[in-house]
Amino acid sequence: MSRTFVGWPAFPRAAAAATQDMQLRSNVTRATGTIRGKRAKLVTERPDWEDLRDSAAALKDEVLAHLDRYLLQAEEQVTAAGGTVHWARDAAEANRIVTELVRATGEREIVKVKSMLTEEIGLDNALEAAGISARETDLAAAIVQLGDDLPSHVVVPALHRNRGEIRDVFVREMGRHGRPAPQGLTDEPAQLAEAARLHLREKFLKAKVAVSGANFLVAETGTVVVVESEGNGRMCLTLADTLISVVGLEKAVPTWRDLEVFLQLLARNATGERMAPYTTTFTGVTPGDGPQRFHLVLVDNGRTRALADRVGRQALRCIRCGACMNICPVYERTGGHAYGSVYPGPIGAILNPLLKGPDDPQTASLPYASSLCGACNEVCPVRIRFTDVLLKLRHEVAEGDAKVKHPVEKAALDAVGAVMEHPAAWNAAVRAAGRVGPLMPRKRLPGPLRGWTDTRNVPEIPKESFRTWWKRTDGGTK
Amino acid sequence: MNVALFVTCLNDALFPRSGQAAVTLLRRLGVDVDFPSAQSCCGQMHWNTGYRSETLRLARRFVDVFADYEAIVIPSASCGGMPAEAYATAAEAAGDMGLVRAVRELVPRVHELTTYLTDVLGAEDVGAYFPHRVTYHPTCHSLRAAPVGHRPYRLLCAVAGIDLAELPAQQECCGFGGTFSVKNAAVSGAMCADKARHVVETGASVLAAVDNSCLMNIGGRLDRDGHPVHTMHLVEILARTWEDGPVPELPLAAGAVAR
Ligand code: SF4
Repeated sequence: MSRTFVGWPAFPRAAAAATQDMQLRSNVTRATGTIRGKRAKLVTERPDWEDLRDSAAALKDEVLAHLDRYLLQAEEQVTAAGGTVHWARDAAEANRIVTELVRATGEREIVKVKSMLTEEIGLDNALEAAGISARETDLAAAIVQLGDDLPSHVVVPALHRNRGEIRDVFVREMGRHGRPAPQGLTDEPAQLAEAARLHLREKFLKAKVAVSGANFLVAETGTVVVVESEGNGRMCLTLADTLISVVGLEKAVPTWRDLEVFLQLLARNATGERMAPYTTTFTGVTPGDGPQRFHLVLVDNGRTRALADRVGRQALRCIRCGACMNICPVYERTGGHAYGSVYPGPIGAILNPLLKGPDDPQTASLPYASSLCGACNEVCPVRIRFTDVLLKLRHEVAEGDAKVKHPVEKAALDAVGAVMEHPAAWNAAVRAAGRVGPLMPRKRLPGPLRGWTDTRNVPEIPKESFRTWWKRTDGGTK
Repeated sequence: MNVALFVTCLNDALFPRSGQAAVTLLRRLGVDVDFPSAQSCCGQMHWNTGYRSETLRLARRFVDVFADYEAIVIPSASCGGMPAEAYATAAEAAGDMGLVRAVRELVPRVHELTTYLTDVLGAEDVGAYFPHRVTYHPTCHSLRAAPVGHRPYRLLCAVAGIDLAELPAQQECCGFGGTFSVKNAAVSGAMCADKARHVVETGASVLAAVDNSCLMNIGGRLDRDGHPVHTMHLVEILARTWEDGPVPELPLAAGAVAR
């Protein structure tokens, strides 16, 4: 069994540990800084960038508003093109469907194209339990899999690892799963890529079954679209006999024409490239060319729950470009694992509670994993307003139906609010602050406020508040 | 003119000198500024932590206190953005359409201080003198919630004697985030440490911003590490004139001339 996020600690604890890991901090800072810079440069090349974002957001909203229609259309088209469509309500159902499909082929080792959804549903472990080994072929996903690690980024799952660490994983693990790493492997990127190429080529050529996700599903023709940088996806999608694409409900786009909007945005925003090196599209089955059996598994797993949230549903526009995590100052200091999900960073902070409901302490801690600085709002290609959704989700915890509550905080804020609401009480409170000020410890606050003084002093409380000064001096005139 | 200062609860209790500077500056520019003492808090802390019913009560209070003023000036981008950002949403969610209307009517008259200076008063050179090395941190709310754009820079550039140093990575959050700074203190502290390091790198003796909340955060770190950088709300710089002279406890900027 490979590692999972099950039982992960709530964000504050996981994040506090991550901020102490200086190797992790430097890996993440370097990687996000590089991608951020590349993205910023390429985005300014496009004078119509903001218009593209508008179009992308509008298209996704159209799909979400008529999801039933677009999905049924896609199903009809895939079926007409010789494919089979399966519907999965949740992770367990999706895993069962895929496992049975693979079993029916009699294959024991299959290949995978990087897919966040299959990570989300824990497909690898489900297959393993059925005696099927599914090997990742995307370089970063393979690094994570070989190292029995967990993904920390939606575009670059091994973003938290540096070259030296990757070399060590290759040397240690490749031999146990196929062709070993070449003798004398160094941490030169070209050498690492070559080692991965040799190791993976064996898998591509042997595998009869491939599992992929999808970046988009074009409803008008039932076409699955996979966008990638390395060509491993192209190999899986063309060499296998049986292809199983596991796709989230929200991936539909109406027409090919609409695809042009997303393809212009995705690579620039994700990796800072003008266009992704490989964009593979396939529709059902073409006799004599490519996989001769095609299955599309459409997965809900909480997406309709998110869709029911009027503010939160915008999170389903996400095209997994990773820009929000690359720009996020919190993510930069914690890395992705602290979020306890395959979806980290700002999108993880909103999407996980929307998909799962904020009823366990880990998920319920995510909407607070943000300083609300709003940097993510500015880079998201589909204009998700993260801060609006975060506030809505906090409201659900504070005053709504969420099961996890913060009674101490509520009592404190209620008390402050009650004082602030009444002029006389507030006047008295501000005056009192000036009197107790000198008694207050500046380097060690008590109770839940202690975290502040772990690294910061508190300011001295002045003896005279503004309102007292105003009154005493008659508005500064005396 | 019938202008009210909404000083904010934080400035009232912890940073009265910023409120005093705002009064001094506005008067100097010919504004007859009033301080309605029934004011308290904009409700931002409640709003950002998810407590909407409390926010709603404070929104009602805000509207009651300020409804009759021609302009409401706020020395904080973060509190200054609250009425426009939150009040209507909170009122709508509660079905209080009367409050929604009142908020819509009031919001165009609510101004963050630097925006009020440049856009309403049309001032850029406010007659300030400040012969010290200053760096400016654009707070997240001043970039994104109540976007003030280049206004603070324009105001600062027009200050006589000032030596402005550019802050590296200035657009990055200082890590305050209200309750974030205690709920996720470790991450907040790590963000703040980087911000404080950048401030020290500039060699400035003063760090300025339009939000004392962020300055309290960064200043708390600078203080803890023993760096003698002073934090000042931008209005405290703008309020000083030739008559006041240099700030005695601050080193003079290189090449500064005292009259
Ligand atoms: S939420 Fe927006 S920025 Fe973040 S990964 Fe999704 S599309 Fe990209």
